[in-house]
This record gives sequence, C-alpha cells and structure tokens, in this order.
Amino acid sequence: MNLKKLRKISRRNALLLIAGFTGTAILPSISFAQANQALDRINEITKGLGAIESDIWLDLPEIAENGNQVQVSFDIDSPLTESDYIKTVYILADGNPSPNVAKFSFTPEMGSCSATTRMRLSKTQNVYLLAENNNGQFLMTNAKVKVTIGGCGG
Amino acid sequence: MSSIKPRVKVPKEVSIDEIVEIKTLIRHPMHSGRMKDADGQTIPRQIINSFSAKFNGKEVFQMNLEPSISTNPYIVFQYKAKESGKFDFEWIDDTGEIYSISKEMIVS
Repeated sequence: MNLKKLRKISRRNALLLIAGFTGTAILPSISFAQANQALDRINEITKGLGAIESDIWLDLPEIAENGNQVQVSFDIDSPLTESDYIKTVYILADGNPSPNVAKFSFTPEMGSCSATTRMRLSKTQNVYLLAENNNGQFLMTNAKVKVTIGGCGG
Repeated sequence: MSSIKPRVKVPKEVSIDEIVEIKTLIRHPMHSGRMKDADGQTIPRQIINSFSAKFNGKEVFQMNLEPSISTNPYIVFQYKAKESGKFDFEWIDDTGEIYSISKEMIVS
C-alpha cells in the first residue's frame, strides 16, 4: 500500500516539493538579515551570547507625530550595589541610518538605573534597549514606534 | 561656539538617601551629517558625542551620543544623595570643544 502511494508522486512533483521546502527554510533568514541592523548590533555587542528578553520599563510614544523629537525613558530594576548593578545601557533603532542611538554608563551611586533623552526616528520602527550588568549578562526589550513625519533629514 | 550655554536643574537642598532627578539641556544643532542646507549642500556632521556628570570629582554618569539624538540634547538621570557636594557636568563636541557647568547640592 505504502509503496503504491509513494509511486504516485512523480519526479516533477518531487522536485517541486524539494524546491518548496528549501525555499521556505531560506526565506525567513534572508529577510531577518536585511531587516534588522539593531539585532545585528546586539549580536556584536554581546559577542554572540545574545540577551535575555526582560521586563524592563521602556517608555516610548506609540505614535510619534514628529520623528525629530521622540522622548525615550527607561527604568531597570537592579539592586545597584557594588556587586550587582547595571553597567551599560544601549539604545538601538532598526530603521535609522545607523542602529546606534545612545550608550549610557551607570554607577552604583545613582540610586536608580533610569534615564530620559530625546531621539530622532527616520520612519516607523522598533527601538531596542540592551542592558549589561557588571557580571557580563545582557537583558533586552523593545518597543515599536509609528512615525508620521521622519526625522533624519535629507 | 562659546555662546552655547547648558542648563541644568539640580535641587539645592535634599535629605540624605533621597533620589534626586537631574535634568539637563544644551542648545546644540546636532548636525547628523545627513541634512542639507538651503543650497542643497550637505551640512557636515557636528554633534555632541559625550556627556558626563561628576560628583565631588568622581564620575557617576556618562553617556555617548550618536547622530540619532535630537537637536538640543535633553538628558535626565537620577542620583542618590549621600553627602553635600558639587556636580560638574561636561558636554564634548565633535570639534573637541567642551561645554561645562557646575552645581552645588546640600544634603542634610
């Protein structure tokens, strides 16, 4: 019975099937590589270790009418002691000409690991936050911002 | 460029272990190197690339700025007051120019 069924797949159909499978397997990896310079940068910073998706308070407007001035705030829960504190925080954007936006260096004296600044966004995109603690562990989160008027000029 | 005056808001008197919010603003065009002027000429990149805050001479906060930061950079951060002292804030431009301001804070 099984053999009979197998024979029903002609050579042409078999080739199509193989092409289909490989196609679906390759496509996502291509679009991923093109689309996400921010994730590439995260890979570079973490030296391929990757970061743990974490529950960090990252405040960005859902819709930014003016991409020239988009306020971004974050607050990370951390004991902030000499042995356990957040050392560096990176803000990255996947749709700007360059993924880097800002890098913050914190010290345990700060009382809270939070900051606010204003950034430019050239189009609707995801903004990533990557945090490194003093033990070399990485945490990340992201937020999508819809931009009505882009803010990178030219 | 010495006309650029940074503005900083630090509470004058705070109680010990209070977490204070420090707001800073500096007037700067932050030319990203991608914008064009009225004649269609690209304006060369000129941004503030670094900001730092020292308390009694010790660096407590530092930030690297990229062209994606808006015109007139606005930076807010927090600090836990332990002792009275002086904050020194410093902004560094691509040209190497340094803008600075100091603020006293009394902790009681």
